[in-house]
This record gives sequence, structure tokens and C-alpha cells, in this order.
Amino acid sequence: MPDIEHDYSAEMHPASALDYLPVEEIHELQLRRLQATVSRAYQRVELYRQRMEERKVSPAEIRTLEDLTRLPFTVKSDLRDTYPFGLFASPLEEVVRLHASSGTTGKPIVVAYTRQDIGVWTDAMARTLAACGLGRGDIIQNAYGYGLFTGGLGAHYGAEALGATVIPISSGNTDRQIMVMKDFKVTAICCTPTYFLHLLDRAAQMGVEVQELSLRVGVFGAEPWTDSLRRHIETAAGIKAYDIYGLTEITGPGVGIECRCQAGLHIFEDHFYPEIINPASGESMAEGEEGELVLTTLSKQAMPMLRYRTRDISAFLPGPCPCGRTLRRIRRISRRSDDMFIIRGVNVYPSQVESALLAVEGMLPHYQIILTREAGLDQMEVQVEVTPPVSSDRVAALENLHNKLAQALHQTLGLRVKVRLVAPQTLKRSEGKAQRVIDRRNI
Amino acid sequence: MKIHQLSVFLENKPGQLTEPCRLLAQGGINIRTLTLADTEEFGILRLIVSDWEKGARLLEEAGYVVNVVEVVAVEVPDRPGGLAELLAVFEETDINIEYMYAFTFGRGDTAVMIFRFNKPDAAIERLQAAGINVVGSAEVYSHIEK
Repeated sequence: MPDIEHDYSAEMHPASALDYLPVEEIHELQLRRLQATVSRAYQRVELYRQRMEERKVSPAEIRTLEDLTRLPFTVKSDLRDTYPFGLFASPLEEVVRLHASSGTTGKPIVVAYTRQDIGVWTDAMARTLAACGLGRGDIIQNAYGYGLFTGGLGAHYGAEALGATVIPISSGNTDRQIMVMKDFKVTAICCTPTYFLHLLDRAAQMGVEVQELSLRVGVFGAEPWTDSLRRHIETAAGIKAYDIYGLTEITGPGVGIECRCQAGLHIFEDHFYPEIINPASGESMAEGEEGELVLTTLSKQAMPMLRYRTRDISAFLPGPCPCGRTLRRIRRISRRSDDMFIIRGVNVYPSQVESALLAVEGMLPHYQIILTREAGLDQMEVQVEVTPPVSSDRVAALENLHNKLAQALHQTLGLRVKVRLVAPQTLKRSEGKAQRVIDRRNI
Repeated sequence: MKIHQLSVFLENKPGQLTEPCRLLAQGGINIRTLTLADTEEFGILRLIVSDWEKGARLLEEAGYVVNVVEVVAVEVPDRPGGLAELLAVFEETDINIEYMYAFTFGRGDTAVMIFRFNKPDAAIERLQAAGINVVGSAEVYSHIEK
């Protein structure tokens, strides 16, 4: 890789220097940090010590990066079981920030940051935004929610560290978002892809042509989305849309990001060590093979995570990225292992439904899947919000649309499902995140 | 000669009609006539109002999906065979009537009906050639004098 530094140094943001480290240096750094993290977790967190003793592994036995696979996994219920502070490896006196997940299923999970942890997160987020081609002079509208949700403050600190101008507008109040985007000549927006779609709809209603505005980059995440949706967004808004990855348990947004090649997400490996495993056996998968993404934090103090099972399905992409970054890439996550549901014996992922809907011309994927059980039989209904381009004054046109959607779903899923057209903005959204599946089968 | 009709997508459940009517009322917009096409799941509310541009804006701002299409208002003699004679004008043409509905008022011995044609311009031409009165937009939006 002799030419890489030369080719890209001109456009390389200073914050991104670590993205281009020679692989051997990354490995050295990773091992040093892993050993420190494992020692810290073992000495300070009861759960980790117990689990490691059960597996008869001590911190001193972690001599290579491969030894990582001897460590126990950590799962989401571990965070719930130790709620609120049970996994902290720092005394509260050293903790400067707490965040929590939205907790749509039971108790929320709580995460902690020392001042250094905030620095690590800020570094990862600054490099994230730099990878999307942003820097000084950019005006970033941060429409992730500010609060317990990590999205808002994570993107905020990163954007400031990068030297960009941040508009901390938070989520909601779409009309004001559009006014600000237009009047402040915003060049980039951070939000969920679903919320951006809503913003585009609303802008069209208000007579604002988003394509004509200064907006050129969208950093979209916090929910899985498909490549078909990316193409739709890029065309409709005249921007580049980047997929950002992160999760509260590991740090928040900024674990991984697409570069301008949009060919997989680079993981900030100097802070977060990725593995892809077989979700059933726990064995490591070969490069290119699909499996569950597992992450270990390498730089965090207050809440180190050892082999955290993300439930997100991905694969390592082989070969170097043309952008010159030496950070490994994972395929973008379009589904989670716990997203899948089984209906009449068929495995279904919400991302399949999204692709099917987008295949119908002019359709926007504001949809929700409702699962019910009638007389012992599973029923699946897909509710789709009607938008101006597909609406009509003619019943026949809407029934035709309805039939096309039903047909597209049948073809993709291999099973007949009920389609229902609903009025705009009637499907539930939380913190800008779309709730894709409502399962009423057990109620 | 053409008239702007607003079409609003509604779900077919109780209470859905109230809100759009209230929004128009608050905006001081009078509904000249309306019809509701319904299926089991959804309905399309079609409206002719006194100020279609403002009406469409108010409804869209409230989040409704509004389609604006051009329709034609035609005077129909209020006697047996009045409509049949009118429809005969379109025999052996490729002009199709997508749907039609009546105005709540007429003038003298005629009724006024709204037609949604697939080819409104061709339809107007044939109607006028046959000596049938196509009612202008100004008259419909304000009110029709006897």
C-alpha cells in the first residue's frame, strides 16, 4: 500500500489520521488496549470476573488478539439484570455522563462515560463525519434527539470537534427543521432515514425543493435501512446518503461509518474490536460469511464491554477499501437477528418488506407490519401510508396501487399478506425511529 | 371552462370526515358540493370549494394528501331523458367518464353536474358543439344565479 498516503493525504482530515494506520500498528494498538480493558473489567466488574472464572481464563492469558475468543460473551439482558450501575468499572465520582436506551421493551439500559470516554466517543464521531466528507465550513443540522438517547449529543460533540457548525435542533418540529435547513444554508443533516423521508414529504407539501437547497450530505442511522431506500433518498434530495452505525451499549453513534465509496462500513477498530460469529454456535465466521456482529470496547473506562452480542447481522468485507482507510469494513446492516419473525412457517425480515414496497414505482416506505392470530392462524398485515405522488382522485387507481403492493410483497416474501392503505402520519414513530413490527399474536 | 376539484384520501372509519370539513370552515371556505367514494378500507373525498388553492393549502398543511384535478360542470335539462341525451354526445368517442356527481343546486329547469373525464378538453369541445352549456369556474366557485 505505498501510494495510499500520497493519494489521499490531500483530502484526509487531520482527525482521520488513525483511519489510515498500517494494519500491524492497528493490531499492536488493539492488543495493548484489549489487555488493559480485560484487566480493568476483571478487577472492577463482578459479572466479568465471575464469567471469566467460570471459563477459567485470566487477564494474563490474553496474549494475542486471537485469545479474545476465550472471553465470555455479554448480552443485552446482562445490562438489564445489572440495572442501573452494575457493570460500571469506574466509581461514580469519575463518571461525567449517563445515557440510557429508550427501553421500548421493559427497563431501559444505562451506560456511563468518564471524561476520557467522552473523548473517545467524540473522536470516533469526528472521524465518522470526516469520512462523510464533512469538515470546517459545513453546517450540520443535528436532528437526532438530544437527551438520554445517545444520537443527539454523540453527533453534536463529534461535529464540534471537527470544527463544523452544529445546529442542535434535535428531533421533531418538521416545519421548523425545513425552515432552518433553507435559511441557514445547511450542508448536512443527521437523523434517522425514516425521519428524513418524512421531512422530504413535508418539504414537498410546503413547496420547498430540497434538491435546490445547499444540503449535500445525509448521515442516517439508528435503524436498519436498505440500499433501495438510499437510492430513493439520494435521488429525491440530491444528496449523498451515508449509513452510520452505533449502539448505546458500545458508545452510541460512531462505531462505524461508510466512506465516500459507500461500500460497507469502516469500524473504528482502534476503539471497537469487531468479530462476526455464528449466532447459534458462537464460533467465528470466515471473512465474507454472514453472522452476528460482536463488539469489544478497547478504550472505554466507565463501562467496558467484552464481546457484546449486537444481534445485528453482517459480514466482513474482503480486501482494502479504495478510500485508503485500513480499518476493516462490515457489510451494511439491513436486519437484526431478533427482527426476524416467522409467519405460517416462512421467515420474514422487515427489510424484505421495505424492498418490496420500494419496488413499486413512486412508493414511499412508511410502513408497519401488524401480526395477529385469527382462529389459530397467523395473519400479517402491511399498513402503508399514502403519499402525494401515489394518491389519486380515482378509486380504481388506488385499488390498482393496493394490488401492485400486494403482488410485490407476495413475490418477495413468497406468501400472501394483507395490504392496507392508511392516511399519512398515522403510523407510530418514536424518537424518529419507525416501529416496523407490531406483534399482537401473544396478547 | 374547467373546474378544480380537491380529492382527499381518508381512511374508512368513523369521524374521518369531520376534520377536513372543520379545517375548511375555519379558513372561511365554502364547500360548493362534495361526494365521497368509498371502499371497505379507504375513501376519497372529492370537493368543489369556493377557493381551491387556499383549501388545498390548508388541508395539506394539516397533513392530508390532496390531489387537485380538473373536472367539468355541465348543465343538464331537468326532465326525463335529459342526462341520456347529454351522454349520447360521447357515443363512439374515446372519451370516458371516470365518475360524476350532482351539484346541490341548479338553475331554473336545469341541474348542474360535475364530470371527471379522461379527456376534459375533448369533452368540452363536443359538449359545446352539441349546444350544451358548460358552466364556467367563476360561476361555480361563487354561486350559480338563477
